[in-house]
Amino acid sequence: MLNELGHYALVLALALALVQSTVPLAGARMRDARIMRIADPVAGMVFLLVGLSFAALMVAYVRSDFSLLNVFQNSHSAKPMIFKISGVWGNHEGSMLLWVLILALFSALVAAFGGALPRSLKATVLSVQAWVLVAFLVFILATSNPFVRLSPAPLEGQDLNPILQDIGLAIHPPLLYVGYVGFSIAFSFAVAALIEGRIDAAWARWVRPWTLLAWLFLTLGIAMGSYWAYYELGWGGWWFWDPVENASFMPWLAGTALLHSAIVMEKRDALKIWTILLAILTFSLSLLGTFLVRSGVLTSVHAFATDPTRGVFILGILIVFIGGSFALYAWRAQMLRPGGLFAPISREGALVLNNLFLTAACATVLVGTLYPLVLEALTGEKISVGAPFFNLTFGPLMIPLLMAVPFGPMLAWKRGDLFAVAQRLWVALVAALVTVAVVAWLAGNTHLLAALGIGLAVWLMAGALTEPLVRAKVGREAFGTSVRRLVGLPRSAFGTMLGHFALGMTLFGIVASSAFESERIVVMTPGETIEIAGSRLTFEGMVAEIGPNYRQEVGVFRSVRGGRAAEMRPAKRIYTARQMPTTEAAIRTHGLSQLYLSLGDAKEGGAIVVRAYDKPFVLLIWLGAVVMALGGLVSLSDRRLRVGAPRPAAKRASGARTA
Amino acid sequence: MSRILRSLAVLALALTLAAPVMAVQPDEVLDDPALEARARELSAELRCMVCQNESIDASNAPLARDIRILLRERLEAGDTNAEVLDYLVARYGEFVLLKPRFNASTLLLWLTAPLVLILGGIAAWVGVRRRRTATDAAPLSAAEEAELERVLSDDTRG
Repeated sequence: MLNELGHYALVLALALALVQSTVPLAGARMRDARIMRIADPVAGMVFLLVGLSFAALMVAYVRSDFSLLNVFQNSHSAKPMIFKISGVWGNHEGSMLLWVLILALFSALVAAFGGALPRSLKATVLSVQAWVLVAFLVFILATSNPFVRLSPAPLEGQDLNPILQDIGLAIHPPLLYVGYVGFSIAFSFAVAALIEGRIDAAWARWVRPWTLLAWLFLTLGIAMGSYWAYYELGWGGWWFWDPVENASFMPWLAGTALLHSAIVMEKRDALKIWTILLAILTFSLSLLGTFLVRSGVLTSVHAFATDPTRGVFILGILIVFIGGSFALYAWRAQMLRPGGLFAPISREGALVLNNLFLTAACATVLVGTLYPLVLEALTGEKISVGAPFFNLTFGPLMIPLLMAVPFGPMLAWKRGDLFAVAQRLWVALVAALVTVAVVAWLAGNTHLLAALGIGLAVWLMAGALTEPLVRAKVGREAFGTSVRRLVGLPRSAFGTMLGHFALGMTLFGIVASSAFESERIVVMTPGETIEIAGSRLTFEGMVAEIGPNYRQEVGVFRSVRGGRAAEMRPAKRIYTARQMPTTEAAIRTHGLSQLYLSLGDAKEGGAIVVRAYDKPFVLLIWLGAVVMALGGLVSLSDRRLRVGAPRPAAKRASGARTA
Repeated sequence: MSRILRSLAVLALALTLAAPVMAVQPDEVLDDPALEARARELSAELRCMVCQNESIDASNAPLARDIRILLRERLEAGDTNAEVLDYLVARYGEFVLLKPRFNASTLLLWLTAPLVLILGGIAAWVGVRRRRTATDAAPLSAAEEAELERVLSDDTRG
């Protein structure tokens, strides 16, 4: 009964989304406020209905209702509750429903909090948002309905893919989807601006917080996925340049560029046409990512759907939306008046440089991901494009960009003085050079590149810290005055600082953990001890255990480091329902570094193959991403004070005095 | 009952043994550390052809193990890295390389980044130049003056 209700709610949501996609738009053209106002309650209702549908599916999972095909295929009565819940989006149908739920949530948020928007812009935005909603609701109902019944209902389900039975599944896809789908707002605003033929700084002021919100969730989602792969796949890799990872990385790169170009647009009314294009591109890449992952064009752990009709359907959606928005762009973009002027050496110029390199990086990832597919389709020639290609092309693009990062926020708008900025950054430069020298001296000549990489990371971190200190005139005025100035700086300045500082953290982690990793691959018999990077590791023996829906062989190890002992328990599991084996790594964290242990084959006499890694500073990779997202949050808290309200005018006047 | 348990245990054991082996095995590792380092470096660049976008260095598949052993044999026989790659490409095709060679069919792949940088750089430069010359001619209107005032006062706050 509840299942039918969920199904019915989805159909109703489609009907209302059709209303939302047309009526407010027509109202905006006719300049009829009453018709435009329809958008708000309808957007709210669509969200409630999709939410109801999602809740119904979740209840079916929680109750292990195997009369639903979807639950039967992806759940098991013995599965722990948390995985029953997260299992809702651990399959194609459920994950598409989550996608649409978040899409509906964002349009409801615009309806609820967009009170200060010009009415016709708001109505148009909500209509555009509903076009996407309609497309995906039809997609779900026509090809991926999670409410398909099974009769007679089986007694037991087939269980969820064991790799997905992890807390990672509970967190990673929702974060990622909020990021992916959140960019739909930027897209809807861009298309609405093109339809209205009008765009100004207020537009950017509106789009920026939404973009920032989507971006910070995408950042966390990607980092979470990376950490999940790191501990789940059993050999300590954290980024594989897998097509599916690239699918989430491309919108991130484009979104990061959008975030920066929107600053220029908001502050200086420049780069408008480019910002609109970037907003369209970013969401197009999100759609492309959804297509790549969901269509089964690429085979990978993520592609649980390999049904060609679905692929063709999403390809259709992709062509209509990307093709349509680009056509609209080509037709209407010249109507937008270019604004603000600036010299090449200026804050604007630095942000253009940022966009140039991020776009080039994004294009490289895009072409690298699709090239084998296209080449094979056109010529039949099969090639592979993998990690070594991306490391060789993506890396060099990042180096000049990262070197330029500390300069950006310190350059003046319109016309900057590079030499003056360089003088202010001398402390950061000295810190970076000293780091290079120390690392090169400690690690020897063979690690010169690593020393330079760590130096670059220190340059980024010190450079990020320099900017607010210089603005507060620390060391040049009385201490008390400086502290007051520092506290008085707008939050967005601290957001920038945190974001750029975090970039340095992540780079530090990447360089240190890959250059100074230790690895031991050995056969160990019980009682045997090995040494790795300052840790003593003793193998005590194997233990068999039974979990809720798996059996496992656990290797019991004692690790001693700096006089402190800890037990480590890497395991090999067999999930009962699918008879599928997985390896569970054991990780011991010391400081920011980790000792990583995973089991291989059993040998005669109770011996076992052990792979042990020591990864110095590896935690910085993900901590950096968390701090980056925190920077976004801090920046967002500043925005909220200013966004879309005439009120801040008074605040700005008083703010100008304190700053 | 105990017989069922025992047969289950045997089944479990059999499955554990049948489970895919872990990437590089201790018995594969070469005695010469320099040669082994080269082998690892090469295997990170070679695709496990039955896997999904995995290098043979990371893969658990038996085929990956075969190629790892094969390339170590070639290295021990005194091949250079380039010779090992040539040998494997001759046997398995270009598909085996995770970093495709630069040739006619991969031209666009390799040139994407420089092309975007150069063309984008030229476009940005021309855009900035053209707009600057355009303004030198036209004086600001009263509305633009007010806008400028607003932006400048905004500037001091960041």
